[in-house]
Amino acid sequence: MMNRQDGSGGLSRRRFLASTVAASAALSAPAALGQGRPRVVVVGGGAGGATAARYIAKDSKGAVDVTLVEPSRAYYSCFFSNLYIGGFRDFASIGHSYGALAAKHGINVVHDWAVSVDRDKRSVGLAGGGSLSYDRLVLSPGIDFRAGSVPGWDLSQQNRMPHAYKAGSQTQLLKAQIEAMPEGGVYCMVAPPNPFRCPPGPYDRISMVAHVLKQTNPAAKILIVDPKAKFSKQGLFEDGWQRHYPGMIERIGPDFGGDRVEVRPAAMEVVVDGEVNKVDVCNVIPAQQAGRIAALADITNEAGWAPVAARTMQSRADENIHVLGDASQQGDMPKSGFSANSQAKVCAMAVRGALTGSKVYPARFSNTCWSLIGTDDGVKVGASYEATDEKIAKTAGFISRTGETAEVRKATYEESLGWYAAISGDIFG
Amino acid sequence: MLAAALLAFLPAPGAWSADAERGRALFKQCKRCHQTGGGAEHRIGPHLNDVFGRAAGSLGDFRYSPAMKAAGSGGLVWTEATLDAFLSGPRALVPRSRMSFAGIEKKGDRADLLAWLRGFAGARPGLPPAEPTAMPEEYGLDPRLLAIEGDPDYGAYLAGECTTCHRLDGTGEGIPSITGWPLDDFVIALQAYKRGKRAHPAMQLVAGRLSDEEIAALAAHFREAGNEP
Repeated sequence: MMNRQDGSGGLSRRRFLASTVAASAALSAPAALGQGRPRVVVVGGGAGGATAARYIAKDSKGAVDVTLVEPSRAYYSCFFSNLYIGGFRDFASIGHSYGALAAKHGINVVHDWAVSVDRDKRSVGLAGGGSLSYDRLVLSPGIDFRAGSVPGWDLSQQNRMPHAYKAGSQTQLLKAQIEAMPEGGVYCMVAPPNPFRCPPGPYDRISMVAHVLKQTNPAAKILIVDPKAKFSKQGLFEDGWQRHYPGMIERIGPDFGGDRVEVRPAAMEVVVDGEVNKVDVCNVIPAQQAGRIAALADITNEAGWAPVAARTMQSRADENIHVLGDASQQGDMPKSGFSANSQAKVCAMAVRGALTGSKVYPARFSNTCWSLIGTDDGVKVGASYEATDEKIAKTAGFISRTGETAEVRKATYEESLGWYAAISGDIFG
Repeated sequence: MLAAALLAFLPAPGAWSADAERGRALFKQCKRCHQTGGGAEHRIGPHLNDVFGRAAGSLGDFRYSPAMKAAGSGGLVWTEATLDAFLSGPRALVPRSRMSFAGIEKKGDRADLLAWLRGFAGARPGLPPAEPTAMPEEYGLDPRLLAIEGDPDYGAYLAGECTTCHRLDGTGEGIPSITGWPLDDFVIALQAYKRGKRAHPAMQLVAGRLSDEEIAALAAHFREAGNEP
């Protein structure tokens, strides 16, 4: 945003107006914004949206009217959904209600789909027919799949070949299919190209599938068809797979045609570089883009993501819209729930600052992702980030090492359990 | 008086072989949170003078976890046997206790530690003075770091980075509770991580980019955080 002083050395009109707004905001919050309290509409009740809604409502102590639009009554977290597949968590334990957001923080939780955004009128249209007007809109819609990215697969085939990339019934379906595999059968994962949502991490999932099969179906095989040459924590995973599941997992990278794949759901076939493989379970994780409402708001780029300014998470296309988490194109952070939660707190502070004149501190971000390779064998990778003019930029990081003691790996896993409890409270508390 | 003092130092029945001097050395792992001795105060954990015979969670001026208070009102009293059970795995005996400690595996070690703790029964002259839970010198820190006054409002914003992993409800499975800590202990812990003198990669990363003022701000915030019912 421009912020120029005039030649006389006095305040420019823009700055004069800005300070007037700040002064009146300090006296009565919504003075500059028409009738009643300033309104924030948040679309998407996951790690980004629910955190933003909660922090704006909690920290503004009622000075901001917050509405959260989320079609699901219960939220099942993608993080730890692989632990459910591995049998380390039950399904209920990854489910969360929106009750506390309404009851404790006064958030208006609307269970509906946002289907349009009128940026000029500043209003969001709902599938149920209503509309919600906003002073600031926060979009945190997660991901949708890119049509046609895996030839032969579309959403109509998601029961034959589940993605399990939006946690819930898809995750339960994939688990049931793995458990019903014939003895010595083949589980195949068609892994996504970059960038992709993670968790649920594809390779973390492979570890959990292997853990289940090792106990119940030890002759079974796992085939990964991967368009990427390498992936995060690769050395740690491959070391762990060697130790826990020797001979069970085969990965076909792009050097052997992993990027030339087609699926035939009716025949349960996966064709890799012309070679037909019969499989028993096929977990197709297609290429991804921002959740559809971001494109409907016309704030996405050619790659399908919504570029944002790092300091406030404001859309580069519309300063009244903030985009969080997976849907945003922000720079160096991975598309994790941890990242979305971290970005949401920066966004909440910026939104409150703009609407109520509250103090705005410098943005800071962090992320840690834990994975479980086998029982009590946890690993992690983490980094801290800062906002620059161009992007969210990584400043420093750490990663588990191969050859760590069993005590360290167990403590890492236990740490992830503590994190899950904490972030759940931080999002939905 | 003398007899009482002597009695206090006697080992418990059935624990005649316990070695209080060894227990003193073992107490080093408790010292970061607990004080014992003359002038002992509550720190991250409650002081441990006169712990034998006390109901769990019963010192009115310490902020226990709800779980510890409930255990006390449910009849848990600290005796040789219950302390032994607690020390072998704190959260097995009191789930959701905020004590971040995995436990002491060997029964002999627990007996020695308890023999040493028995020495702190009864307030009386001559009790060795309580040792501090954390000292800046331990990590080569400038004591002036402890005098910085933190801005709790800034701390509240910075705390967003902490509460993704650390719970505000006072429970600490897997990741320790950090609410209600004395300011000095909080500042010393974060400064030690910042300088790589406490080992944990994520904490070193987080603390590594916090300024001294930011650490003080967080200490001020978390001193009071989690107080809401």
